[in-house]
Amino acid sequence: MKKVTERLKQHAEHGKRWVIALPMIWLLLFFALPFLIVIKIAFAESALAIPPYTELVTMAGDALDLHLYFGNFSFIAEDSLYLNAYLNSIKMAAISTALCLLIGYPMAYHIARAKPERQSILLLLILLPSWTSFLIRIYAWIGILKSNGVLNNSLLWLGLIDEPLAILNTNLAVYIGIVYAYLPFMVLPLYANLVKHDYSLIEASQDLGARRFTSFWQITFPLSRNGMIAGSMLVFIPVVGEYVIPELLGGSSSIVIGKVLWQEFFNNRDWPLASSLALIMLVLLMIPIHLFRKFQDKEWEDAK
Amino acid sequence: MNLKSRVSAIAFAVGTVVSFSAQAEDVVHFYNWSDYIDEATLPNFEEETGISVVYDVFDSNEVLEAKLLSGQSGFDLVVPTNDFLGKQIQAGAFMPLDREQLPNWSNLDPQMMAQLETVDPGNQYAVPYMWGTTGIGINEDKVKAALGEDAPINSWSLVFEKEYLEKLESCGVVALDAPTEVMSSAMNYLGLDPNSTDRDDIQQATDLLLDIRPHYRYFHSSKYINDLANGDICVVIGWSGDIAQAAARAEEADNGVNVSYIIPKEGALMWFDMLAIPRDAKNPEGAHTLINYLMRPEVTADITNYVWYANANPASMPMVDPEVANDESIFPTPEVREKLWLPKVLDQRTTRTITRSWNKIKTGQ
Repeated sequence: MKKVTERLKQHAEHGKRWVIALPMIWLLLFFALPFLIVIKIAFAESALAIPPYTELVTMAGDALDLHLYFGNFSFIAEDSLYLNAYLNSIKMAAISTALCLLIGYPMAYHIARAKPERQSILLLLILLPSWTSFLIRIYAWIGILKSNGVLNNSLLWLGLIDEPLAILNTNLAVYIGIVYAYLPFMVLPLYANLVKHDYSLIEASQDLGARRFTSFWQITFPLSRNGMIAGSMLVFIPVVGEYVIPELLGGSSSIVIGKVLWQEFFNNRDWPLASSLALIMLVLLMIPIHLFRKFQDKEWEDAK
Repeated sequence: MNLKSRVSAIAFAVGTVVSFSAQAEDVVHFYNWSDYIDEATLPNFEEETGISVVYDVFDSNEVLEAKLLSGQSGFDLVVPTNDFLGKQIQAGAFMPLDREQLPNWSNLDPQMMAQLETVDPGNQYAVPYMWGTTGIGINEDKVKAALGEDAPINSWSLVFEKEYLEKLESCGVVALDAPTEVMSSAMNYLGLDPNSTDRDDIQQATDLLLDIRPHYRYFHSSKYINDLANGDICVVIGWSGDIAQAAARAEEADNGVNVSYIIPKEGALMWFDMLAIPRDAKNPEGAHTLINYLMRPEVTADITNYVWYANANPASMPMVDPEVANDESIFPTPEVREKLWLPKVLDQRTTRTITRSWNKIKTGQ
């Protein structure tokens, strides 16, 4: 009998390793490897060649030459354009995250409190739009927001406005697009958190005389903190690097890091500078990820 | 699965791969500008030669260039504009053309081929597909409503002078997101050499554009076709054929929008889109066959009739619709041709200066 359990244990250990190996291979192939290539290009010099940058390591006779170029980073530091682009992207991501949270929280709360059979329908409604291509949905917003579009024509027809509102190609359009596209990423983790709450806590607080809002604010809201943080991370991080939505819906005056990266890569054919910009962005994004992990670790400790 | 069925499965898989790659011999991957070919051209080619064409489109030279410079574009035939082509030739992106396989070469305009030697010495790597100019597209009624009957619609001042832009702003003024072309046009308007690489000249053009920037709605290289046709915008710095297409779309839709294209009296930038074969092309023979087909007078004429761009193939002219052939905004008169200029290949530093200025113009930073 003892032998059997031991063997089972061994099997479990073995299986565990396999289960962990899969995501590790995934990370290695699709994160670590591309990341190393980006680092490599970031320390090269741009050149008129295929590919358009210098090699880091060359063999000169018997000597191995390592040529690390730091000029890209000093160039980025010298021109305020890049700093402004980073700050703008972070601002855009922060505002979008706040808006998603404001709109997404009541939605998630409502779904979590609905009857179980209705919950799946409501969740489906949240997910349904993403069955259509992301790009097509953003293009659809052009049709809605443009001066000759659905929104303006309806408002004009209703007599609410005399002149078409200029929404397309402004920051407002960018926020509409981002909040629309990223809302599910806020709602789903929030829902997953809210639905697990122990309703007896609310009942207890109400038995003790708390009003509905008080019990929400004192119990539900603090308990849902992890869901809010997870949702915010899922929105904030990709929005910082967002390129498509500002490009399609935004005006020419909104400068974000995604667009600057594009210009460096395509207009200037300067792959090394573009890679350096990407590298810096990644390092910047590590900060909130690190804070989140620390916070989560602490929660685990507390839970124990 | 027993051994026998396993073997037959493997044989089947190998067979599929082999037949697939045998088919791949007869596939040409063609990467062209959007809205830039007659709908019937490629089906006819496929039917005649048995070579199938995988067709994909782009709307900026920069996107094409990034693919070429990666060294693995995956295409057999591409269509860069002459100044980009010059740079890409220097980077070693193309293979030389084999004229033995291109008997229709003799149809090309020798004068234009000579002009193109500035970017491709000896015409080794590319042949012209279509050419056009970068000028002004207008919604005539709206512009006249804003500026009156004597609006300077035949001059760059329409898009570079504040007094006109202030009145045109509300009906929508836009420009290509093509830094070198708009800057070059601005330098020409200022009476400078449009191909100048002098920092002061570029600065003067930048100052002019910065000054008028608030009156522009957006900078984009393809969105304006529909916007102009729908009446969403009224003035655009754009490409000749695209504006002609906008005019045709408006006419088709019968929406009361009258679009016209103008080559300003001060002159305009002239460009050639060139057919070239990437160095890493998998099917250069097929690409040569396709280039030769595209140089046939009747095929070239069909494309010109469809896309409203001029060609460098005089033999095709008898077959070009009179409506297109006699349109001086598409095939300019010799006097106007005198005033057109070809862009030069820019060095890396000038490119960076222009992009940086362009950024400042577009974003105010």
